[in-house]
Amino acid sequence: MTAVMERPTLDQIWAWLDQIPDPEIPVISLVDLGVIRDALWKGDTLHLKVTPTYSGCPATAVINLDIQQHLRANGIDKLVLERQLSPAWTTDWISEKGRRNLQKFGIAPPPKDGEHGSYGALLGRVVECPRCGSKTTERISQFGSTPCKASYRCTECLEPFDYFKCI
Amino acid sequence: MADKALFEFLTRIGDTTLVLGHRVSEWCGHAPALEEDIALANTALDLIGHTRMWLSRAGEVEGKGRTEDDLAFLREAHEFRNYLLVERPNEDFAVTITRQFLFDAWHRLMLISLQESSDQRVSEIAEKASKEVAYHVERSTDLVVRLGDGTEESHRRMQHAVDILWPYTGELFTDDETDRELSDRGIIPLPSSLEGEWKTHVDGVLSAATLVRPEREYAHKGGKAGVHTEHLGFLLAEMQVTHRAHPGATW
Repeated sequence: MTAVMERPTLDQIWAWLDQIPDPEIPVISLVDLGVIRDALWKGDTLHLKVTPTYSGCPATAVINLDIQQHLRANGIDKLVLERQLSPAWTTDWISEKGRRNLQKFGIAPPPKDGEHGSYGALLGRVVECPRCGSKTTERISQFGSTPCKASYRCTECLEPFDYFKCI
Repeated sequence: MADKALFEFLTRIGDTTLVLGHRVSEWCGHAPALEEDIALANTALDLIGHTRMWLSRAGEVEGKGRTEDDLAFLREAHEFRNYLLVERPNEDFAVTITRQFLFDAWHRLMLISLQESSDQRVSEIAEKASKEVAYHVERSTDLVVRLGDGTEESHRRMQHAVDILWPYTGELFTDDETDRELSDRGIIPLPSSLEGEWKTHVDGVLSAATLVRPEREYAHKGGKAGVHTEHLGFLLAEMQVTHRAHPGATW
């Protein structure tokens, strides 16, 4: 009789995935970031649906590699990663834990107001300074050190900071 | 049998984002301010990201096993289907930003329309790209107004940019057999159907920027059919040289 290997539960899989940091913003996990859309077993093979944050983001390839390595280290040998484009990733999918960790790290988290990505809805948004909490901040550039961030400056404590922009 | 018209469309849009993405990336390390350098590089990255989605799909539709890299690096100028506007050289910052603005205004409308495509993958790619392009339009619109309605010199350069680029915008709205077939199949909008809204947007911004739209309606055409200006050949030579010098190399 051959030994039957126990499949880890999906709760266990999600817990493992939650240990994998985002390659560019390591204070949040891939689960917090909301890029893993689904996990399911098909027989003895684990299928994960992963969605890119920005279509040209170089971290996407690293994310897939990190998932494979981490799950393999936990004994998952049969793994299929599927790319899911639609529905497109939105910052609304960043978890509350992820938002808190971004804030603590000095990155202003994106608002969860559902008004993202549409032309005209991007202007006139109040972004709070993640250091002193001031609401008087100004945008330096809507682009920043990674595709997902914009550059801001606080006019009270005068510190520059990154803002995880709404998409 | 391969869907020739769909392949043609996918290379038109994918080559357009590829060539513009490369052009914009030429600014990396040379922009007039650090923030602009970062913004330009990010915009280029988004466009290259769109290119990967469009051209990898084109390769699948063609069914000959060509990958996104094969299509980007191993075709000659006459096989490229990008619009002539995006192969225009960067010249100065004014020309670069004006080209981006005229393109972004079109790109936004095209992607909004493509989200309703009867082809599922086309609609998914358009949905993804649309979100990024919303930021491109906002930035280029803002800069056109600031530079047009800026100093005497910035105004002069911006008006010059509008004057030299305008004849390359007409091609964005011309329809040919491929467009008509794909429009009948519900895959793409007829390019000419986007012109009215585009002009309204562009006119509003140019007017806020104290810039004047040229009256001439003459349009340079050919990019969609593979007939390009001499600038594309130089661009491709630089973009493709590493891939061709080291076939099959990986890192």
